[in-house]
Amino acid sequence: MKICVLVKEVPDAAVEKRMDPSTKRLDRSGEKNLNPFDTHAIEAAMQIKEGGAVDVDEIVAVTMGPESAVRALHKAVSLGADRSVHLTDPALAGSDVCATGYALAQVLKAESPDLVLLGQQSDDGECYTVGAVVADHLQMPSLTQVIKIDVQDGKLRCERQAEYGYDTVEVELPAVISVGDAINEPRYPSLKAIMGAKKKPLDTKSAADVGIDPSRVGEQGSRTAVLAINPPPAKEPGEIIEDEDTDETVQKIVSWLEERKLLA
Amino acid sequence: MTTTEQPPADARSHAPDPRDFLALDSLLTDEERMIRDNVRRFVREQLLPQVPEWFEAGVLPREVASQLGALGVLGMHLKGYGCAGASAVAYGLACLELEAGDSGLRSLVSVQGSLAMFAIWRWGSEEQKQEWLPPLARGEAVGCFGLTEPDAGSDPGSMRTRARRDGSDWILSGQKMWITNGSTADVAVVWARADDGIRGFLVPRGTPGFTTQDIHRKLSLRASVTSELLLDDVRLPAEAMLPEARGLRGPLSCLSEARYGIVWGAMGAARSCYEAALEYSTTREQFGRPIGGFQLTQKKLADMVVEVGRGTLLAHHLGRLKDEGRLTPEQVSFGKLANVDAALRVARSARTVLGANGVTLEYPVIRHENNLESVLTYEGTAEVHSLVLGQALTGISAYR
Ligand SMILES: Cc1cc2nc3c(=O)[nH]c(=O)nc-3n(C[C@H](O)[C@H](O)[C@H](O)COP(=O)(O)OP(=O)(O)OC[C@H]3O[C@@H](n4cnc5c(N)ncnc54)[C@H](O)[C@@H]3O)c2cc1C
Ligand SMILES: Cc1cc2nc3c(=O)[nH]c(=O)nc-3n(C[C@H](O)[C@H](O)[C@H](O)COP(=O)(O)OP(=O)(O)OC[C@H]3O[C@@H](n4cnc5c(N)ncnc54)[C@H](O)[C@@H]3O)c2cc1C
Repeated sequence: MKICVLVKEVPDAAVEKRMDPSTKRLDRSGEKNLNPFDTHAIEAAMQIKEGGAVDVDEIVAVTMGPESAVRALHKAVSLGADRSVHLTDPALAGSDVCATGYALAQVLKAESPDLVLLGQQSDDGECYTVGAVVADHLQMPSLTQVIKIDVQDGKLRCERQAEYGYDTVEVELPAVISVGDAINEPRYPSLKAIMGAKKKPLDTKSAADVGIDPSRVGEQGSRTAVLAINPPPAKEPGEIIEDEDTDETVQKIVSWLEERKLLA
Repeated sequence: MTTTEQPPADARSHAPDPRDFLALDSLLTDEERMIRDNVRRFVREQLLPQVPEWFEAGVLPREVASQLGALGVLGMHLKGYGCAGASAVAYGLACLELEAGDSGLRSLVSVQGSLAMFAIWRWGSEEQKQEWLPPLARGEAVGCFGLTEPDAGSDPGSMRTRARRDGSDWILSGQKMWITNGSTADVAVVWARADDGIRGFLVPRGTPGFTTQDIHRKLSLRASVTSELLLDDVRLPAEAMLPEARGLRGPLSCLSEARYGIVWGAMGAARSCYEAALEYSTTREQFGRPIGGFQLTQKKLADMVVEVGRGTLLAHHLGRLKDEGRLTPEQVSFGKLANVDAALRVARSARTVLGANGVTLEYPVIRHENNLESVLTYEGTAEVHSLVLGQALTGISAYR
């Protein structure tokens, strides 16, 4: 079995996020890191490999991003991936979700994995959608918000976070699975793994290398356009219920919660 | 993917980051940064939540060594025998992050990696290296380093522990004092006086005649085990001796390694105190405004950020010299003297910013302040390092 894990480089969680008014995009300067959700996807791949229910030949980390995204790949291999693929091309800059998903699917077609794992969301774009787009291009079943994966008779039995509780879903391979952060506790890479990361194979691919149609990517190839960016509306002031410690106060709080359907 | 071009620089992105005022991160390679971030995250998530309890109870659980072994920081700067062979700078960064947690954590790593493992790695036989270095690197075994005695501290040359020959065997007798990891160690590196000078021996735990006793009622470095080693006619085979070390040069070479880690570590403790004071000064209000708005508090914060920046820069410089093989023991003395002194000043000043809260274990400051009193004394006291510099400057020895 071959597993590909899609990983993204995102601004570090400690960096205050800011929109750049001139490009209407996120300002991605400053400290960057591997998308934390993707560390759970790599850990999930490692647990399948170490679990022994199926032979995993290799785990390949795949990213699309600028030159700096190599660091996200180094981190991914230090966490256990065997090698990595970096799709990078000026033509890809400004791709929206559909274009990003299409471009990544082109890389995956060349790799033909049995399983594609993703984080459920990126820490910057937070679209929660790349998995579904990739699955559509690859014509593979897609599951999102997965919090448990078991390999059984060459199929996957997954638990999927639902609004109340979870769904248990069985999928045939090949499949595209995005995992939630509740799925596992990612390991700390060992020092030796960090120092060995640069020695693991890294393939750099251009858009042409994986047969990407230039008219379907980049700012021009994206079908969404950001017209304006506005700060979120200021939070409305909270309602303070003066506590006289009477039944009436309790009733007020209960009805407030009921109105908002917060009581199950 | 969004964009590759950088946005236009604005004043805000140029304001110094209070957590890295001199942008020293830019001196690090990607790999060094990854190593640093990993140790930092591990300390913050896995150890720091429990450190105040360990400090209060005066313990450091044995599992911490295994955890640090899995992380790969034990003997990380050594090459071969299961060690990672990281740069001196990477090792220093790890020491800094560990000591930002607690000096006890850094002490564990210093004693294991720079004293016990380094002694074996540098002065041991091939068999000794094969036997001990891999389990010590994994944290499956713990090591300690016994040099100090009740009557021989700053002057280790006056040690009384003796090693005499009996056929091909060695018989060790004497007492070692203030030994970090003493009672938890699976192997003790013990220095003793033999006929041909001071020699090092590997004494496994449980060797008949070898016992330990913990030192209690310490008010400093509480999250660290400190013990007495008692050697009562301990019989060891000839192979227990470290063949390559003779004279004080053996133990002193190890101490120089460990002191190098302290140069960095002290800045970790200082940074933790400074950050606690900075955070507190912006949230605590008195006289209707944050105490960070008072000039006297700002002066303290300014002095702290200067000490932390300057000390970290110094550690960096010494690290690069070490990686180039150019670092001298006198320069290490310079670093230890300067940075532990600076860290103590930062800790004391930070303590005042926190007011009464500053004397509790709810904040890291007094814990660091108390720990640093040990750091000031062990691995050569501040006075001894002043004498090292004095002799290097004047050519005159003032020790005796
Ligand atoms: C309203 C809106 C408008 C936007 N407009 C623009 C625009 O005009 N120009 C522009 O450039 N961007 C724009 N973006 C951002 C851009 O579309 C996304 O950053 C990008 O498509 C990836 O989506 P995501 O990060 O939200 O991924 P998600 O779907 O949240 O990520 C899920 C998972 O997909 C994988 N993944 C995501 N991205 C990559 C990648 N690059 N390489 C490998 N794996 C990856 C990771 O495993 C990740 O955990 C916009 C976003 C929004 C919400
Ligand atoms: C928590 C802790 C852990 C330790 N761990 C270890 C360990 O793992 N292994 C180990 O071998 N040792 C260890 N030590 C011992 C430590 O190295 C010694 O305490 C240190 O070397 C000082 O020795 P001393 O305490 O006997 O002080 P002394 O040498 O008696 O010094 C007392 C004072 O006299 C000053 N002084 C001494 N000589 C001179 C001089 N010539 N001129 C001017 N002033 C002088 C000293 O600077 C000091 O201020 C540890 C100590 C502590 C506190």
